[in-house]
Amino acid sequence: MSELLMSWGLERTLANNIAMLGQGTLDTLYMVLAATVISIVLGVPLGVLLLVTSKGYFWDSPRFYAVLGAVVNALRSVPFIILMVAIIPFTKMLVGTSIGTTAAIVPLTVSTIPFLGRLVETSLRTVPYGLIEAAQSMGAGPYTIIGKVLLREALPELVQNFTLTLIVIIGCSAMAGTIGGGGLGDIAIRYGYMRFQAGMMVATVLILIVMVQLAQWLGDTLARHVDHR
Amino acid sequence: MIKLQQIVKTYNEGTDQAVPALKGVSLEIGRGEIFGVIGLSGAGKSTLIRIINMLEVPSSGSVVVDGVELTTLPESKLREMRRSIGMIFQQFNLLSSATVKENVAFPLRLDKTLGRDQIENRVSELLDMVGLGDKGDFYPAQLSGGQKQRVGIARALATNPKILLCDEATSALDPKTTSSILELLIKLRDLLNLTIVIITHQMEVIKECCDKVAVLDGGVIAEQGTVVDIFSSPRHELTARLVNSAVRKDVLDTLEHMTLITEYREGGSAVVELLFLGSSANDPVIVETAELTGASISILAGSIHHFHGEILGILVVGVAGTQEIIDKALETLRGRVYRLNFLGYEVKTPEESAT
Repeated sequence: MSELLMSWGLERTLANNIAMLGQGTLDTLYMVLAATVISIVLGVPLGVLLLVTSKGYFWDSPRFYAVLGAVVNALRSVPFIILMVAIIPFTKMLVGTSIGTTAAIVPLTVSTIPFLGRLVETSLRTVPYGLIEAAQSMGAGPYTIIGKVLLREALPELVQNFTLTLIVIIGCSAMAGTIGGGGLGDIAIRYGYMRFQAGMMVATVLILIVMVQLAQWLGDTLARHVDHR
Repeated sequence: MIKLQQIVKTYNEGTDQAVPALKGVSLEIGRGEIFGVIGLSGAGKSTLIRIINMLEVPSSGSVVVDGVELTTLPESKLREMRRSIGMIFQQFNLLSSATVKENVAFPLRLDKTLGRDQIENRVSELLDMVGLGDKGDFYPAQLSGGQKQRVGIARALATNPKILLCDEATSALDPKTTSSILELLIKLRDLLNLTIVIITHQMEVIKECCDKVAVLDGGVIAEQGTVVDIFSSPRHELTARLVNSAVRKDVLDTLEHMTLITEYREGGSAVVELLFLGSSANDPVIVETAELTGASISILAGSIHHFHGEILGILVVGVAGTQEIIDKALETLRGRVYRLNFLGYEVKTPEESAT
């Protein structure tokens, strides 16, 4: 990519930097999107499980809820940067290495699932209990109620929470860069901080700001679209 | 159609926070009846209606619906059974994320044997039935309270249930909308031969559409009977209070300004409450009694109430004359009206024209 830029008449260092930022952006997007998708796939069922086993819901089980809740809270209380290092053996087991963008997806996901799980639980709790009762009175079973009532009715909140998760992951992905995770965070630390290249620092920050703004705008638009209340 | 026997329901049973909600309730509701259950908040009404479709499992007692004992049914059979018992709610409980059509289709989609076209036809048929044929693509948020409840009714009746349970279905609606919903319920009962159970804290609801009523107080049934019976002669204190506030307000206001004693005194007049039912409300009872006995009868207060299918007239009159004339007049009246309640003697005659 830097050759192409130079052929347009750009100076070599600038061309290299822009190419690097481009690659960093792609790496960050890959990490963030993959981690978000995996977090949603695993975090939503976790949130559902938390809700339906809590008091008053149809799989009410105080002991199970207490244990699951404790695990979730424990994971949430470990700061991301520590969690990332602490689970290196687990990451190695899963992807074969602890360095690189793919490896970074593991700690990102592990730290986000419990976070999103709680958000999902809270969103689902906003669905009036009467709706569950109404569905039960029509002969609906638990899975229908989860899918066609709870998740469907809470969709606007869920979309908002997915957006929030995406933004949190963007933030964490920059941290992942500091221990060899690659992406924009990596560039900001190595060039912006260690080599005092203020321009690179400003550029990464700007790209991250644009990413977050876009994510929020997209999330808001989508949430509005599915909200009929 | 519905038979509850010795239903006991205690929440948090076996803990130190046990809350008794129902303490041995027995009810029998016949096919095609509109049966009202009235009570103050906390009387156990909501629990009672949820026991009929087993949304609440009773601590003990038996629930028989259409000949089937529900308390021993396994969950899957129970779900099947619930499809023949529709339910509507005070808060309507419609999916806000679904259109009117989708809401009504919800119970139909649970039945995997129904095709898309069948569901669509049934939905438009139901919406026409409740008068919302043109609102199918609206979302609940775009509808008024009364319209939302109509959607609720269409949804509850989608699977052709034999029973419709109404949980405070009109409590969130204004009086006019309430009447229109109650009229719809009566119409649907006649059309589909539904059995309807209504729980409410509004005596007007009972008055407007129920055939029979049970008064629930503190988890037990204080009294039950036909609506006309309960309204004309409430026996339980709570019933009397509810009935009085619904039909005797004017009458009671008048009596408040009188001093009544139990003994007859010279020149006094008897104050009695006369209840007229149905056709007898049209007879010239007062004039005829006066002519026949020579008593002078004055009207002190009165009101006429239209029940679903019945008219109840309440008249408070003063009967003046000698003790003998009064006794004779009261006897004559007693034979001519639905019920006569003796309230007392007033010392000062309401009119000076006593013979």
